[in-house]
Amino acid sequence: MSAHAESFGQALAPVGSANEHPPPIHHSSRINPAVLGIILFIGSEIMLFGSFFTVYFFDRVVNVQASWPPVGADGQIFERPWFMALINTLILVTSSFTMHWATVACKRGNRAGLCAGMVLTVLLGLTFLLTQMVEYHRIGFNTSDTAFAATFFGLTGLHGVHVFIGLLILLGMTVRAFRGHFSPEQHTGLEVGGIYWHFVDVMWIVVFVTVYVL
Amino acid sequence: MRNPVRTEADAFRFLLRTIVYFALIVSGGLINRWLGLGVFILATVIVAARLSRKGPHIAPAFEASGAHPGTQHRVLVVADETVNGDELIAEIVHRASRNSARVLIVAPALNSYLRHWTSDEDGARLAAQERIDASLVALRAVGVDATGEIGSDDPLQAIEDAIRSFAPDEIVIATHPEGRSNWLERDLVAHTRERFALPVAHVVVDPDVD
Repeated sequence: MSAHAESFGQALAPVGSANEHPPPIHHSSRINPAVLGIILFIGSEIMLFGSFFTVYFFDRVVNVQASWPPVGADGQIFERPWFMALINTLILVTSSFTMHWATVACKRGNRAGLCAGMVLTVLLGLTFLLTQMVEYHRIGFNTSDTAFAATFFGLTGLHGVHVFIGLLILLGMTVRAFRGHFSPEQHTGLEVGGIYWHFVDVMWIVVFVTVYVL
Repeated sequence: MRNPVRTEADAFRFLLRTIVYFALIVSGGLINRWLGLGVFILATVIVAARLSRKGPHIAPAFEASGAHPGTQHRVLVVADETVNGDELIAEIVHRASRNSARVLIVAPALNSYLRHWTSDEDGARLAAQERIDASLVALRAVGVDATGEIGSDDPLQAIEDAIRSFAPDEIVIATHPEGRSNWLERDLVAHTRERFALPVAHVVVDPDVD
């Protein structure tokens, strides 16, 4: 029996043997526990975003008006900066490409490509966040101006928080990449962070289409 | 259904498909809102059909372990209600006596979908354990070195788990005859041969004949 099989075999050993410590975890054989963790995390995130989308669509359905977004109490018209958001979308999608490039480079043993990909991804993510802050500053309405404004800031703000958290993760991954922690054989940290970043990107596509386009 | 975000590369592909999905809907909507709705329904149906489809062929997860030099030959037996069938017992005895093999019998805890999703599996596990016990008594009576354990209710998963813990040299799958076997309906034997690079034998047990 291989050493690997032996370790799993120990997990099946009867309780009360000479080993006082708990038996090794019997890992599910189909998926890495760390990857399973990020998938469960993303599942919970989808539910969180789902609740915000529910509020948004509820507001939209109950506002039976000819135009969307609705007009404010003082006749104020809410202009959604869709072009700026489109540019921001392209920036975020590009960051996913650089993230994927970094992972592929790591798998091929190309450390320079890995580091360059990570740095570019961080910079693009930072650009997205800064652009969104500029958008908030210039948008002309605030959270207290109608339910539409509140849900607009709620959805885009929730996504912005995720981008911020993603940037912190990416920064950690970048530092690890420069310190040589990842190799073609060992790069779970890169995989997990990459899945999260692509998830943030997918959510932005949904937010962009829902809030800015439809 | 295969998990669409199993790896970073999968997640990246998922992102690209998401972009295409929404681009089609928005493009249709820009031409005519009803066209947009139609594209949305059509694209959603296609996505749902693809997600519910069986996953692509997965390369063999394990290389053939081959013979264990200096150790006993190992036979993994996976069976449902057929675990006590005469044909299976005879096949195990034949293989065990030929190679003086160690035998591991895995009986998946077969459960209804409702009980599975409500985590009510005590009854299924108890029934599986009773089948294993009866089978072990029969095998030990004829001198076969056999042990047994309850496996996942997914037989392919049960085989994979047993391969990790037992490292067998060959696999024996016992099923009911064609037409009465859920496992054969799901092409279990073929999938096992595709997925694991180990010799796989199929034994049909017909309880009516018993």
